[in-house]
Amino acid sequence: MTPTRKRRLVAVLLILAGVSVASTIAFYSLQENMLYFQSPSDLAVQPIPPGRQFRLGGLVKPGTVERQEGGLATQFIVTDGPKEVLVEYVGILPDLFREGQGVIARGSLNGTGTFDASEVLAKHDENYMPPEVADALEETGHVLPKKPNS
Amino acid sequence: MNSNTATKAKPRKHPVVLFIHKLGSPPWFYDFAGKFIPWLWLIFGVLTVLGLYLGLVKAPEDYLQGQSVRIIYLHVPAAWMSMMIYSSMAVMGFIALVWRIRIVEILAMASAPIGAAFTIVTLTAGSLWGRPTWGTYWVWDARLTSELVLLFLYLGVIGLYNSIDEPRKAARAACLLAIVGAVNLPIIHYSVKWWNTLHQGSSISLMGGSSIDSSMLYPLLIMAVATKFYYGANLLTRARIKLLEQDKRKAWVREILKEKN
Repeated sequence: MTPTRKRRLVAVLLILAGVSVASTIAFYSLQENMLYFQSPSDLAVQPIPPGRQFRLGGLVKPGTVERQEGGLATQFIVTDGPKEVLVEYVGILPDLFREGQGVIARGSLNGTGTFDASEVLAKHDENYMPPEVADALEETGHVLPKKPNS
Repeated sequence: MNSNTATKAKPRKHPVVLFIHKLGSPPWFYDFAGKFIPWLWLIFGVLTVLGLYLGLVKAPEDYLQGQSVRIIYLHVPAAWMSMMIYSSMAVMGFIALVWRIRIVEILAMASAPIGAAFTIVTLTAGSLWGRPTWGTYWVWDARLTSELVLLFLYLGVIGLYNSIDEPRKAARAACLLAIVGAVNLPIIHYSVKWWNTLHQGSSISLMGGSSIDSSMLYPLLIMAVATKFYYGANLLTRARIKLLEQDKRKAWVREILKEKN
């Protein structure tokens, strides 16, 4: 390698190293803000005061979905295993909303510790399979997300 | 002493090294690429028809998402390509900056519009899938945002390249931007692991099992291979045109024009 090329190589590598270090530092400091949602366990460790907007994420606890007769109001429990939070929502739920399914709700806590959601999004997991495979899996005892009341 | 003077004579180049040197010569590259392009388009066409047929007609619907799962056959290969093309552009940009090989500069710059197109397909297809499944077209989570940043990086490289008149200076400036922007690639890839995102984690990994049923995996992989041939065909076609444009006053281009007429 000629000296000129070596010099260019070092220059480009130095720029690249500098940018990598800078972006690593920036992303480490942003890490807290980059969390798209808080889990019920996060809430237990670091409580968020009532009235402040945030996103709550977790699984819909099977058997806890209650719909109001003739209305759009729904309530259900969001859990991540050890902790759970009761969520109330008025509006249309996404198609993928199921018991056992991951959801992300935006809203705030009210005085009684219930989460008033203004928006509910369904989080899809990384499993893709045809219905027959899902049925077969359920027969062998795997728990898969299910449509409520169906 | 005799043996010393013998080794000082220029050593014969290894055939592979010789081949790479030859590729750096514009007329040779022009011919070589011209021979490959029709085959690349043909293989791309066959694989795409096969992949789309298997994916859109033969593959089963998903147990939760129903028919909308079929967007995966477009979204995932396009997303892989958006990142692969960026890394190949950055690597070629690096070679172009250090060794100043004109063909490599041209190839790096010709990659940008193709990569940008794949990024747009990724974002659009993902957004159309997000509406029925998540309940929203767009959220500002780490995966979606970093992919959008990738689109802006591509547009930045294209813009910078076109804003400087002298093509070789322009390519060098844009190559540097391409290299710097490469820090975004690991961020896109690991965003679903490092942060809580609405976007799901990876279903397919090179090591370890995939959490996608094999009946859905094969069409996806065929589409992934097809898009690589598309990149190859499109890239070489663009590079040849750019080369003719830059060398329009050179003897070898005149010769080609004479042959054509």
